Amino acid sequence: MTTPDLTTAVVVGGLFAVGLHLLLQRSLTRLLFGFLVLGHGANLLVLLAAGPPGEPPITGEGQDPAAFADPLPQAMALTAIVITFGITVLLLAMVYRSWRLLGDDEVRDDVEDRRLGEETGRR
Amino acid sequence: MIDWLLTAPVLLPVLVAGLSLTVWRSPGAQRLLGVGALTAVLVDAVALLFLTDRRGPLVLDVGDWPAPAGITVVADRLSALLLTVALAVALAVLVFAVGQGSAEGRGTVQAPFHPSYLLLAAGVSLAFLAGDLFNLFVAFELMLAASYVLINLDADENRIRAGMTYTITSLLSSLLFLTAVGLIYGATGTVNLADLGNRVPDLPEGLRTVFSLLLLIVFGIKAAMVPLHFWLPDSYPTAPAPITAVLAALLTKVGLYAMVRTQTLLFPRTEPWTPLLVAAAVTLLVGVLGAVAQQDLNRLLSFVLVGHIGYMLFGLSLYSVTGLAGTVLYAVHHIAVQAALFLIAGLVVGWSGSAKLPRLARAAPPPGWLAGVFLIAALSLSGIPPLSGFVAKLVLLQAGAEQGGAAAFTLLAAALLTSLLTLYAMARVWRAVFATGSGRPPAVRPRGAGVRLMVGATVGSVLIGVLVAVGAGPVARVGERAARDLIERDAYQEAVLGPRSEDGAGAGNGTADVGTDADREEQENR
Repeated sequence: MTTPDLTTAVVVGGLFAVGLHLLLQRSLTRLLFGFLVLGHGANLLVLLAAGPPGEPPITGEGQDPAAFADPLPQAMALTAIVITFGITVLLLAMVYRSWRLLGDDEVRDDVEDRRLGEETGRR
Repeated sequence: MIDWLLTAPVLLPVLVAGLSLTVWRSPGAQRLLGVGALTAVLVDAVALLFLTDRRGPLVLDVGDWPAPAGITVVADRLSALLLTVALAVALAVLVFAVGQGSAEGRGTVQAPFHPSYLLLAAGVSLAFLAGDLFNLFVAFELMLAASYVLINLDADENRIRAGMTYTITSLLSSLLFLTAVGLIYGATGTVNLADLGNRVPDLPEGLRTVFSLLLLIVFGIKAAMVPLHFWLPDSYPTAPAPITAVLAALLTKVGLYAMVRTQTLLFPRTEPWTPLLVAAAVTLLVGVLGAVAQQDLNRLLSFVLVGHIGYMLFGLSLYSVTGLAGTVLYAVHHIAVQAALFLIAGLVVGWSGSAKLPRLARAAPPPGWLAGVFLIAALSLSGIPPLSGFVAKLVLLQAGAEQGGAAAFTLLAAALLTSLLTLYAMARVWRAVFATGSGRPPAVRPRGAGVRLMVGATVGSVLIGVLVAVGAGPVARVGERAARDLIERDAYQEAVLGPRSEDGAGAGNGTADVGTDADREEQENR
């Protein structure tokens, strides 16, 4: 089990807190930023799972395998970053389309929920 | 050869999706490519099913990196069975979409529809075949990214609103999944599922519970387990029928498969798991009661979908061979039947122009033969013998009765009540859509090649469900063997990690055979 250093752990925690807070907002632009920040937090967490930094593992410069950095989480974080990046672009396009169609970038109440709410209000 | 069989379900759709993008000017070529690729992959999946059932899990180390460090592709009975049914339904839905004009195409829609659909199929296949947690994450992302495109295709105001809910909920669950992967790697130093199966039991009790619950929540969102289901009835009904059908049939089942795979392999239990037991009961009741309250045909079917996820959770929560066999059978049956119902709803809504039940009750009824098709699908969903739903439900009820105890019997009662209420919900649909009352205009008589394709695809989808019932014996036996593999994890682990002969690629299979056969004998001796 790896023990992360305190600074990075606090940074990951902060990114998660800020990201989740932004995700709960009604404005789609803030929502997008929330996704970005949360994505960074998650990617950093994967990197953090590698444990302490070490010698480059592939080049063979360091002779002692115990001193090598764990390359697997780095590969995973890289993949995850690319995915986050792609999804961000898609989300940006959706926010733009939503703004074009609806005129603002607020998340609306669900139509069916509103209908049910009105029906119960009338009774 | 085996290597190709294992990689084709992922690689072929991805490659053809690229090819399909290049020929976007000619819809005919795109259709041909899509249907051709899915047919080829379906044949491949059937071959995989036969091979895994005879020889045990098939394993491929991608790029020859040995298992715990490298990427592993694994097919066992469960994944091959689900892959076959999922691809068969995906093909039927694609044919329906072609008949409908590639998901209500008005020129601009067609170009991205086929590539996205193929990528969705590739993602679903990879999710069933992934041998490590991180690849499962990549598979989910591939599948979801394609589904974001499909659900927002040519979106108007309502659909972009619904699409946003879907996208953001899915994104949040993906990020949670990635977090879980990071935490699990930090704790155990591996993401390989078979290797994790050895290492997770050594972790402290509390940490194991946290990981187990975290993965349950992540896949629970995907599988629409109550109370994480809220996004589904809001987002699915607004999309065109084939897209709703394929998402409803496949995506929730992939979430369920991931749940079954991780919970049985990583957190083996010997007795029922209470939190999941409660979730199953609540899912059953909330889903079906929601369905009874709906006025919109598609929303009604979406709530029915949520409710019936409860049956599959029920089997998993019992952690017995019979329970898991029930889950597997129910998933197989439900993929076909739920897709068929959404396709029928698509046909009905297409002809009468509305999905509201009161308005449908005044519109011209659909032709009589469609009523027959609907009857088979609806009765099968409600679990009326001798249809496929009955077979699956019977196994689940047996599992609950075997288990005994107050919790299992409460769940049994919830399951039976849900069956009855499903029947009631289906009867409401029948009365509104198909019943011939006085004052209704004469039935519509649709014509044309497109309609024939759409109807053919719908009937095909229903037939897959009927086939499950006709072949109930063999299918149930495969399901039971798959369930036994899940409880007896050694075969899977030995196939992935076991000692290999020196000659490199594909050598894992030889050892896998010995492992499974020995296991099965041991099982029978007990």
